[in-house]
Amino acid sequence: MSDNTRSEALQSQYLTVNLAHEEYGIDILAVREIRGWTPVTRIPQAPHYVLGVLNLRGAIVPVIDMRLRFGLEREAYGTTTVTVIITVVGRNFGVVVDAVSDVLDVTPDAIRPVPDMGTTVDTQYLKGLTAAGERMVLLLDVDKLLQPQDAQMLEAALPAVSDVKAVA
Amino acid sequence: MSKAGLAQFQQVFIEESLEGLDTMESSLLALDEGGDGELVHTIFRAAHSIKGGAATFGFPEMSSFTHEAESLLDEVRSGKRAIDGSIIELLLRTVDCLRGMFARAQVGEPLNDTVAEGLRNELAAAMGRGTPAAAVQARRDVDQADAWTVRFRPHAGMLASGNEPLRLIRELAGLGKLQVTPEFDKLPAFAALEPTECHIGWTIELTGPVKRADIKGVFDWVEDECDLVIEAKHVVAEVAAAPAAPVAAPAAPAAVADAGAARAQRETSAESSSVRVSIDKIDGLINLVGELVITQSMLDTFREGDIDAARLAVLEQGLAQLARHTRELQESVMGIRMLPIASVFNRFPRMVRDISQKLGKQVKLELIGEQTELDKTVLEKIGDPMVHLVRNAIDHGLETPDKRRAAGKGDTGTLTLKASHRGGNIVVEVSDDGAGLNRDAIVAKAIQRGIISSSEGMSDDAVAELIFQPGFSTAAVTTDLSGRGVGMDVVRRNVSDLGGTVAIRSTQGNGSVFTITLPLTLAIIDGLTAAVGEERYIVPLVSIVESVQLKADAVRSVVGGGELFRFRGEYLPVIRLHDAFACEGAVHAIDEGLMVVVEGDGSRVGLFVDGLIGQQQAVVKSLEANYRRVQGVSGATILADGSVALIVDIAGLVRMQGRRKAA
Repeated sequence: MSDNTRSEALQSQYLTVNLAHEEYGIDILAVREIRGWTPVTRIPQAPHYVLGVLNLRGAIVPVIDMRLRFGLEREAYGTTTVTVIITVVGRNFGVVVDAVSDVLDVTPDAIRPVPDMGTTVDTQYLKGLTAAGERMVLLLDVDKLLQPQDAQMLEAALPAVSDVKAVA
Repeated sequence: MSKAGLAQFQQVFIEESLEGLDTMESSLLALDEGGDGELVHTIFRAAHSIKGGAATFGFPEMSSFTHEAESLLDEVRSGKRAIDGSIIELLLRTVDCLRGMFARAQVGEPLNDTVAEGLRNELAAAMGRGTPAAAVQARRDVDQADAWTVRFRPHAGMLASGNEPLRLIRELAGLGKLQVTPEFDKLPAFAALEPTECHIGWTIELTGPVKRADIKGVFDWVEDECDLVIEAKHVVAEVAAAPAAPVAAPAAPAAVADAGAARAQRETSAESSSVRVSIDKIDGLINLVGELVITQSMLDTFREGDIDAARLAVLEQGLAQLARHTRELQESVMGIRMLPIASVFNRFPRMVRDISQKLGKQVKLELIGEQTELDKTVLEKIGDPMVHLVRNAIDHGLETPDKRRAAGKGDTGTLTLKASHRGGNIVVEVSDDGAGLNRDAIVAKAIQRGIISSSEGMSDDAVAELIFQPGFSTAAVTTDLSGRGVGMDVVRRNVSDLGGTVAIRSTQGNGSVFTITLPLTLAIIDGLTAAVGEERYIVPLVSIVESVQLKADAVRSVVGGGELFRFRGEYLPVIRLHDAFACEGAVHAIDEGLMVVVEGDGSRVGLFVDGLIGQQQAVVKSLEANYRRVQGVSGATILADGSVALIVDIAGLVRMQGRRKAA
C-alpha cells in the first residue's frame, strides 16, 4: 500500500462552522443533521447555555448555544444561524452556531496541538487545530460540550425530603 | 465465540432462565398442594434447560449446582423417591438460591456464596451421598486424571436437535490430545441408510490433565441424546480406590476469570430488557401498516391536478381513514407493551406460604384476573407496593386460627388479589377477610404521633386515610415482616409516582380492601394545557382536583415566604408555577390567574398558573434520553404545532417546595 492511500484511509472529515469570526471543525461522523434555527422550549433549572429542547421527529433533544457555552456574548439569531444536531455516545443534542461553511478533509498529521493562548475559547473543548488554506480551523471535542454529568451528580447528592422523612 | 458475543446471549439466557425458575416455583407450590406427576416433569425440564444453558453460556458453578437439584428431581421423576414436604422445601430454596446467582451474574459478581455451598451439600445429602467438605475434596481428585476414554454413541435423532458430533469432538480436542476411533457396527445397509440420522459412534482417547467436569461439560447439551461413558485411564493412585462419582465438581478457577469478564460487560447487559410479543400482535401491526401505506398512496394522488368538489370529498374520506389507521396503529403499538399481570401475581403464592407459616396463620390465596394486561413499565413498578399490601394483610389483617374461631369464622383466612379493567384504568384489589382496621387503635396512634388532635367528627374513611401518613404503624410488636412504620406512605408514593391512587375500604371484623387504581399505560396521559407567560405546560388530569378563580385577598402570606389559601375548609399551600420554573412574563396577581387545586404525594396544593387552555392527550416523551431529569417535570410531549411542552410532575413539585421550605 502506498503512503498516499494510507493517509487517505486515515483522514477524517470535519464540518466547519462559524462562531464569532472564528472557524471550528466538528467531526462529521458525530453530526446527525443541520437544521435552520427554530425556537425551542425552555427548560427549568438548566445551565444558562442550554437554550431548551426541540422536537427532532418525536425525540426530545436539548439545544445549547455555542457562544454561551464558550462564554461569549449571545448575538441575535439571523438567517444563517443554524442548529447542528450532534450524536455523542447515543445521546443527541443540538448546538446553535452562527453559520455552517464547509467540509474539510483532515489527515491526522495535519492536526496540531492547541497552544494555550490566543483563542477566545476555553481550550479544554478543543482537540487540536488545523489549517485550511490560509484559514485556521479549531477542531472541537464534541464529547465535552454538554457535560450532563456534573448536574446529575449534584442532584444525586440531595436526597428527596420525603425520603428522609420516611426513614426517620 | 467471542466474549462480547457470548454476553449478548447470556442476557437472553438469564431472562429465559428466570422464567424457568418461576415455572419451577409455581409447579413446586402446586405439587405441595397435591399436584400430579406431570408437574415433576415440568420442574425437571426447567432445571435441565437451566443446567445446559448455564454450562454453554459460561456459568459452570450454576450448571453444577443445578445438576445436584436435577439429580434429585430425576430420582423423583423415575419413581425412586417419593416427593415430600422437605424435598419441596429444599427445592424451593434451590430456586431462591439460583435467583440470587442470576442476580449476581447480571452484575458480574462471583456466583457462589456460602448459601449456595450449604445448599449444595444439603442437596447431596438428600440424595443419600453425604458430602462433608473432605469428601468434596476427594471427589474433586477422582475427577482429575491424565488420560481418559470417552465412548460417545449418539442416538439416531441427535442431528435433528441441531447438535453436531464433529463440533463436540473438536471441542474435546481443545482439552488435550485426541485419538478418535469410529465405530461402524450400527451402520445399516446402504439401501436402508437414512442420511439425516446418526449411525456412527466414537471411542475417543483423550490424553492430558483434564477434569471429568470439563469433558462432561462438552456433552452437556446432548446428554439425553447419546450414550456416553467417560472413564479415567491413568488415575492418580489413591483415587482409583474411591468410587467414581458421576457428579461434576465446580470448576472454580474458571469462575473467577469469567467474573472479571462479566464485570466489564456490566453496563451493557444490566439495563437492557426485552418483551416477548405474540405473533398475532405483530401480524396485526403489519396489516395496519399495510392499510396506512395504501391510504398514503391514495392521498398522494392529490398532489397533481386541481381539487374540485368531488375530489374534495374523496380527500376528506382519505384523511378520515388516515386518522383512523393512525389511532389503531397507536393502540396496537401500545398493546405490544402490555403484559398480563400474572407475572406479578405469580410471586405471591410463595410469599404467602412463607409468611403464613412463619406467623402460624392459615391463609388461602385467591388470584382473579391474572390475564389482565397492563403496561410493562407499570407492571415492573407495581410489584413492590403489592408486596407491602400483601404482607400487611397477612401480618395485621388476617387473624390466627384461634382468634378466627373466636370470631366465628373458619380457621383459614382468605386473601384475594384481583385485577380488572375499569374504564381507561387498571384496578388491582388486595382484600382479606380478617379483622379489618381497628378504628380506636388508629385514632389512639394518630393522636400519640401528633397527626390529629381528636377524632371527633372524623368518618371511618377519614380515619382509614390516617394509615397513609408517614411514620404510622399500629402493630404492637415490630416484626421483621412489617411494623417499622415505613409502609403505607411508601405504598401511596410508589403508586402516585405511577400516576395512580390507593384507596381503602374496611369493615371492623370483616376485613379490608385496598384498591389500587392505575393508568393503563404511562406512555399516554390526559392532560390540561396550562399557560404561564409565553410558555405552555401540561398538567396531568389525574392529579387535578378542580380549578378556582380566587380574589386577590384570598391568599395569605405566612412567615417564611409561603402562601396559603382556603379551599373547602382546608388551608392549602400555593405553588406558583412561574416561581418554581422561573418563567418570565407570567401573571403575578392572584385575581388575574387561575388556581388549580392538584393532588400529589398524598397532599393537596394550589398550583397557580395564568390560565388553562384546553384538554389534550399527551404522548409522554423522555427528557432523560438525551438530556437529564428535571425536578418537577415528569417528561415532555409534542403539541399539535410540533413544539415541545413539558409535563408537570405534581408530586415532584410538592417535594421541591418542601425542600425549599426546609432549606
